[in-house]
Amino acid sequence: MDQGRGIVGHVRRLGRQTLDGVARLGRAMLFLLRLTPGLPVLFTRFSLVIQQIYVSGVLTLIIVLVSGAFVGMILALQGYNTLVRYDAQSSLGLLVALSLVRELGPVLTALLFAGRAGSAMTAEIGLMKATEQLAGMEMMAVDPLKRVVMPRFLAGWVSVPLLAAIFSAVGILAAYVVAVSDLGLDGGVFWSQMQSGVSVTNDIMGGVVKSVVFGLVISWIAVFEGYDARPTSEGVSLATTRTVVSSSLAVLGLDFIMTAFMLRGL
Amino acid sequence: MQTRTVEFAVGLFVLAGLLALAMLALKVGNMPMFGSGQYYSVTASFGNVGSLKEKAPVMLAGVRIGQVGHIGLNQQTFEAVVRLDISKKYDNLPVDTSASILTQGLLGEQFVSLDPGGSQRYLKNGDKIRVTQSAIMLDKIISQLLYSKAGH
Repeated sequence: MDQGRGIVGHVRRLGRQTLDGVARLGRAMLFLLRLTPGLPVLFTRFSLVIQQIYVSGVLTLIIVLVSGAFVGMILALQGYNTLVRYDAQSSLGLLVALSLVRELGPVLTALLFAGRAGSAMTAEIGLMKATEQLAGMEMMAVDPLKRVVMPRFLAGWVSVPLLAAIFSAVGILAAYVVAVSDLGLDGGVFWSQMQSGVSVTNDIMGGVVKSVVFGLVISWIAVFEGYDARPTSEGVSLATTRTVVSSSLAVLGLDFIMTAFMLRGL
Repeated sequence: MQTRTVEFAVGLFVLAGLLALAMLALKVGNMPMFGSGQYYSVTASFGNVGSLKEKAPVMLAGVRIGQVGHIGLNQQTFEAVVRLDISKKYDNLPVDTSASILTQGLLGEQFVSLDPGGSQRYLKNGDKIRVTQSAIMLDKIISQLLYSKAGH
């Protein structure tokens, strides 16, 4: 669409893009609403959901395990380096656990998930649309929203909190190994300081709530972008990129809002 | 066969996730005791609690036997009222036990230390500890020291 040249053209394009953005948001919202009748797929075609949990959850496990271990070890080294200046290295366990459980576990898992599984979800659905498989299903009176989209959406939503919990747990264990074997801290102090400072209701549940929200948002964006993609190879590649970009930004933005609420004790 | 492996892998994945959550809840965090069944509460009034926080440990002879449940203010006496939640296991603290607020290390967190008395009667739920010693305010001591030095 040509909006003309010069300043007027720029203003027009800007306006058009803003309107398009708002319209996309509206479409995404309506898409989520259209998806909800497919919720019984959880009970009727549970095997489809299992299949998708395998694809998006189990296959993401490796990257989450490795990154979790590395992040834990890095936190231990960095934290020790700072804490030892104040002679407070006994709090290392607490520092590592709080950072992982509250922030890094949910957020990094969400970002990894968006890159590893969210993009794949979009590409798959987008390609199904481009090759008219979705249209074919409709011809056979099979609702692609129920058969294709909903299982992926649910699987993504379920996988993220589980992956985040695994990320945090592995990170803490890796930090423990580094702290005790490399930095020479006392293992008992590491755990007892952690236990006296981490609250189950605030810190751990807060992290779980975050990862549940992230799981919902990433899966939603991924399936929407796939379903909404222009049915060309270019459109699919564009949609895949957009999934990673928008879900990463959404995760970080939402994280800020949720952290602000949680730390103010709401 | 194929689906069976997939199902098994997913089952393992879900189990691992739940196990990780359980580890976080039990090993990393301190799972709160459910209800008041495991605790009995006694109160103690202090002139000053310093920077004592709720959930700070209550120690006897260096052993953790409970935690600070609540810190309030008595508006008649203007003293801080601290509720101590002590584990039911330790139900034989004499009534003349005294409580003091101490600090772990020089700059560490503050905790309540109990010194058992010699009475044959034991503290019950809702009792009050009579003998208390307030938190030691380091800056007050320093200023007193400077003041007394200046007086010479």
